[in-house]
Amino acid sequence: MSVPIRRRRLAAIALASVAVIATASACGDDSSETSSSDGPVTLVVDVFGDQGFGYDELYKQYEAEHPNVKIQERGKGLGLGDYNTRLTQQITAGSGAGDVVALEEGTIVQFYAQSDKFVNLADHGANDLKGNFLPWKWEQGTTPDGKVLGLGTDVGSMALCYRSDLFKAAGLPTDREQVAALWPTWDEFIATGQKFAAADKKHKFVDSATNFYNVVLMQIAGSGSGHTYYDKSNKLVIGENADIRTAYDLTTKMISAGLSNNLQSFSNEWNAGFKNGTFATIACPAWMTGVIKGQAGDAAAGKWDVAKAPGNGGNWGGSFLAVPKSSKHTKEAAELAKFLSSAKGQTEAFKKVGNLPSSPQALADPAVADSTNEYFSKAPVGKIFAAGATDLKPVYLGPKNNAVRTAVENTLRAVEQGKSAAEQWQSALKNGAAAGK
Amino acid sequence: MSLDLDTAAPPGGGGDRARPARAAHRRPASLTRLDLKYSPYLYVLPFFAIFAVFSAYPIGYTVWIALTDRSPLNATISFVGLDNFVELLTDDPQFWNAVVNTFGMFVLSTVPQLLLALVLANALNRKLRAQTFFRMAIAMPIITSTAVVALIFSMIYAKDFGLVNWLLDLVGLGPIDWRANRLASWFAISTMVDWRWVGYNALIYLAAMQSISKDMYEAAALDGASRRRQFWSITIPQLRPTIIFTLIISTIGGLQLFTEPLLFTSGSGGISGGSEGQFQTITMYLLDVMNTRFRWGYAGAVALVLFLLIALVSLVNYLLARRISSDK
Repeated sequence: MSVPIRRRRLAAIALASVAVIATASACGDDSSETSSSDGPVTLVVDVFGDQGFGYDELYKQYEAEHPNVKIQERGKGLGLGDYNTRLTQQITAGSGAGDVVALEEGTIVQFYAQSDKFVNLADHGANDLKGNFLPWKWEQGTTPDGKVLGLGTDVGSMALCYRSDLFKAAGLPTDREQVAALWPTWDEFIATGQKFAAADKKHKFVDSATNFYNVVLMQIAGSGSGHTYYDKSNKLVIGENADIRTAYDLTTKMISAGLSNNLQSFSNEWNAGFKNGTFATIACPAWMTGVIKGQAGDAAAGKWDVAKAPGNGGNWGGSFLAVPKSSKHTKEAAELAKFLSSAKGQTEAFKKVGNLPSSPQALADPAVADSTNEYFSKAPVGKIFAAGATDLKPVYLGPKNNAVRTAVENTLRAVEQGKSAAEQWQSALKNGAAAGK
Repeated sequence: MSLDLDTAAPPGGGGDRARPARAAHRRPASLTRLDLKYSPYLYVLPFFAIFAVFSAYPIGYTVWIALTDRSPLNATISFVGLDNFVELLTDDPQFWNAVVNTFGMFVLSTVPQLLLALVLANALNRKLRAQTFFRMAIAMPIITSTAVVALIFSMIYAKDFGLVNWLLDLVGLGPIDWRANRLASWFAISTMVDWRWVGYNALIYLAAMQSISKDMYEAAALDGASRRRQFWSITIPQLRPTIIFTLIISTIGGLQLFTEPLLFTSGSGGISGGSEGQFQTITMYLLDVMNTRFRWGYAGAVALVLFLLIALVSLVNYLLARRISSDK
């Protein structure tokens, strides 16, 4: 091929691309003009997590009640980290985010600083709904200057999920009341684990150090300082907050007792661990029941059960729905967010994926309160999870909570890999500080 | 050599140029002059327009952002001068850890990769049954997706259910936790890189080998030189320019190593590259700083330092290349 022809062809390709880009942006301009509320409206809902938020039925219902609204969901199957990275870029750029976006407990604080990029839901009557949410959940969804950033969906109230078949084989009780009685405290939980380990050499007691650590930390901080790596003035206090050290030491104690299966949470190996049944317990915020069911599959139905967690209850995770200002249909989006986060919506999501409602009305609804989970040996999950949820105190998480948490989690993984716990605590302090810079 | 083809005008080019001149008789002279003078610029414009939007602007913006504390968490952007660079070079052990990892994996993957490619190419250069099949087969890994390769190798190197640990167990060696140990993780990631790129390099070497005149080998054979001697005294010296080319391509790829080490950890915290950053490369650290810690200004500084590092290594390569070719 002669060079001039080749160049011409390249030029043609380049010109064509310019034309495509130009038309694409022109289309973008067009749609911004159709912001009238009468015409058909497509609302995009951004969620995350392997199981999604369990909204499919609710969308259908909402579309039936609002014939001019079409709902499209994105993000099911996307991990929280990837989801949040993308969302941060979209919010900062002011385009690309959905009309309704899910914000997780650990990341909503990061968006307080960008609250001017979100619709203040108080402008859409959200303040009238205050009574529909647990007080601490409402507080988390509100920025320090009083804007309503997000409406609560679920809370991550804690319990402990365990494999009753493995417990039985190891000579431990299997009844959930008796199992809970084995571990009033985390120390006794570890002692139970040692008994299990002595009887069963094939399985491990706990899935991973990081799940254990996060649950313990959120629980201790909930009844203690009320914050974790950051205090309420957003100062990094990783070395000063004794709650962190307590949770860290309990975790390294659990590891050195040989109880951890050393699986990186949410990894392929972790998923395989559920399928192959390699561990006997997992610290279980309400949303974890959906994860277990999804990963362990039908083969493990009836093998899992839920018992009260050691300690005083606590919360890890749970989400909010917010409406970015970049949405072209903020009014309709706010209405949809209100609908999805209503007591009815939360009850429906609970039935689908096990996310525990953050609405006292939904928690009191017999559909939640009296519910049993077929998969978890008909455990009264509504009662077990709701027990602690109403009188929890919120734990404040700083803006870079996830970055610092990841740094600390990594040092715990290093301990699982056989590194010295004392040295890794020093690394946790150092890397945590670097991550929070 | 092969690179020159793109820029040199082919012999037929002159004829092409003559045609517009003949057509010009039917048009006003001024228009023709305009056409001759400006249309070349018009032809290259699309490339430069795209270059400006997708390359020049981002580069300029990176330089600007590296001098600020830009972050989505800050409501305002303030100019911080060279603070980001000072911190990066003097007070950031994680960055230097990433530099060591990147160069370590670069050496560990490139050296065996090029040697193996040479050996393979030499074998394929002989008369073989099903020659075309083998030549095609070694090139196959290039068309696979890097992500898929990384995912499959991650399973092969899994700690509990991995194929490699199962084999090690068969021969009586204990299992290795491939992600815990720095050298083990480097080795595992290097095998992924090599599996994908050995065939590509072998193909390039093979093409170069086939352009070596057969007469040289015949003459050497007459003089009683063994196969091995022919390889070292004829093939290798003749391949020098090609070797330099593959070395430069591998350098650029190696210093930007990203997908393989990232996907080596599945689940949460993959961007950290291991519990102690055992296999976190510079590009991974860049994204860690940007997406986990939200320090966009600082990430800009990391990007620029990475750029300088690549420029530096390329310069070394260039000097090396010049020396070797002057040896000839």
